[in-house]
Amino acid sequence: MKETIANLEDKARELRVAIVRTLHKSQSGHTGGSLSAIDMVTALYFHKMRHDPENPDWPERDRFVLSKGHAAPALYVALAHAGYFPREDLMMLRRLGSHLQGHPDSKSTPGVEVCTGSLGQGLSMANGMALGLRLDNRPGRVYALLGDGELQEGQVWEAAMAASHYKIDNLCALVDANSLQIDGEVAKVMAVAPIAAKFKAFGWHPLEIDGHDMSAILAALEHAETIKGQPTVIVANTVKGKGVSFFENKASYHGVPPSDDELPRALECLGCLD
Amino acid sequence: MSSNMIATRDAYGETLAELGGENGDIVALDADLSGSTKTSLFAKKYPERFFNMGIAEANMMGTAAGLAAAGKIPFLSTFAVFAVGRAWEQMRQSVAYPKANVKIVATHGGITVGEDGGSHQSVEDIAIVRAIPNMTVIVPADGVETRAAIRAAAAHKGPFYIRLGRNKVPTIFGDDYRFEIGKGCEVAAGSDLTFVATGLMTAQALVAAGLLHKEGISARVVHISTIKPLDQDIILDAAMETGAIVTAEEHSVIGGLGGAVAEFLGESHPVPIKRVGIRDRFGTSGKAEELMKYFGLLPENLVEAAREVLARKGK
Repeated sequence: MKETIANLEDKARELRVAIVRTLHKSQSGHTGGSLSAIDMVTALYFHKMRHDPENPDWPERDRFVLSKGHAAPALYVALAHAGYFPREDLMMLRRLGSHLQGHPDSKSTPGVEVCTGSLGQGLSMANGMALGLRLDNRPGRVYALLGDGELQEGQVWEAAMAASHYKIDNLCALVDANSLQIDGEVAKVMAVAPIAAKFKAFGWHPLEIDGHDMSAILAALEHAETIKGQPTVIVANTVKGKGVSFFENKASYHGVPPSDDELPRALECLGCLD
Repeated sequence: MSSNMIATRDAYGETLAELGGENGDIVALDADLSGSTKTSLFAKKYPERFFNMGIAEANMMGTAAGLAAAGKIPFLSTFAVFAVGRAWEQMRQSVAYPKANVKIVATHGGITVGEDGGSHQSVEDIAIVRAIPNMTVIVPADGVETRAAIRAAAAHKGPFYIRLGRNKVPTIFGDDYRFEIGKGCEVAAGSDLTFVATGLMTAQALVAAGLLHKEGISARVVHISTIKPLDQDIILDAAMETGAIVTAEEHSVIGGLGGAVAEFLGESHPVPIKRVGIRDRFGTSGKAEELMKYFGLLPENLVEAAREVLARKGK
């Protein structure tokens, strides 16, 4: 297990480097929220989820919904490194004609399950997918990653109500609680705390972890699978921009890519020097 | 036209329940209006495949998209004003953008909702759904066509918006009617002008054509159930052969059938056009038949519109 965790930590570091390089190349996209989410995305794609990059439509697969669609770079680097498409494609992010759209598009990109980007909609789609899998008696589980700012959208709570009402236990939501949104601190823009208590009141089984602690992420994902009769939410406390010191905890890096000057410093922070 | 009267929502409910038995992948969702939208008939037969989502239309739309992503064929129903107004952006992002195989069947379209008034009368839904790429928009005229359209939507992959009504309407099609997505049909021959009508207005146009016939005016009636994609051939033929068009819909004159026809003919073959519909205003309480008169949707209003386009045509 120790080795697994060390390998996943290495993979997460590799994917952080890929995110920084991808966003530097595109000069457009969301850096902070991709870096805060990547440890969870790594745990899902390189450990927890059963999926087959050779056969993206495998009916028995687990499914991932990036409800906070602006963290598309985190999803794309995971998909590329898992083998869904060539890593070189990442350098075409957000370009005209690229299959890597600014926000996830299931029509364009192998491995992307649904279209997200307009916040608050992913959990509803995850519910529907989980209900569909249940109707077919398939073993697949559905994972939905939301932002904490995203919880301000009312539809999230409609979906939270429905997931509990229909006892959707093949669903696990993860909240990337990095405490920041475009206009500043979530607590100041529109407070969403206490997140875990809110989900609990809606009938969910809440877990709260450090979203950058790989062993905690794996333990929470394991635990979630044992919960029957209700959905589970993992509230992951994270740091926006995690891994690149001068990006960390800055709302101003929400939708800003690394500049030419920042790239070598960012790579240095990630232990990767050109 | 037969004297047989049936509400399109009733035809929908019965057909959906039949389809449920034919295809195990069909599921249905409703937002606390299943008794009114008639998805209750499906729910009764296939409770495990019916999801009442409560009064939460945005989540219902997204859930349907998710079910479609898992290989299901979801039929989603509520009143038109809520399906479209409350969940338009979910329809756009979660359903239309990914071309999800979701069938949005909205009932209680238009002003014939009646007594509930302007809050519940959807007069702009066709316009705002039609503007979304990938959507197919269908407004059946009667029970026969509704049954056929629902079956066609189930068999055809992709997102559909089908607009139905609350009240009983006359049956204008025989059992031999063959519905085709994207095809209009000539329901009365004529050469002086053409009524291009949709939904329950096709029956009104047929009556209007009969009134004009007594005056020696020959009015063609073209029924357009698929408003998007529009059957351009049948409309272009009508414009070229009759030289004047009156559109008729139980919807705002902005952006619906009249808008679609005017856009198309304006670019291809301009002829005098009059759009009969709700003239940029909200609905109001009243009995359905009173409102048809109040909003100018009766055969006599169509006759008046016909005279206007004929005058402009120079006849």
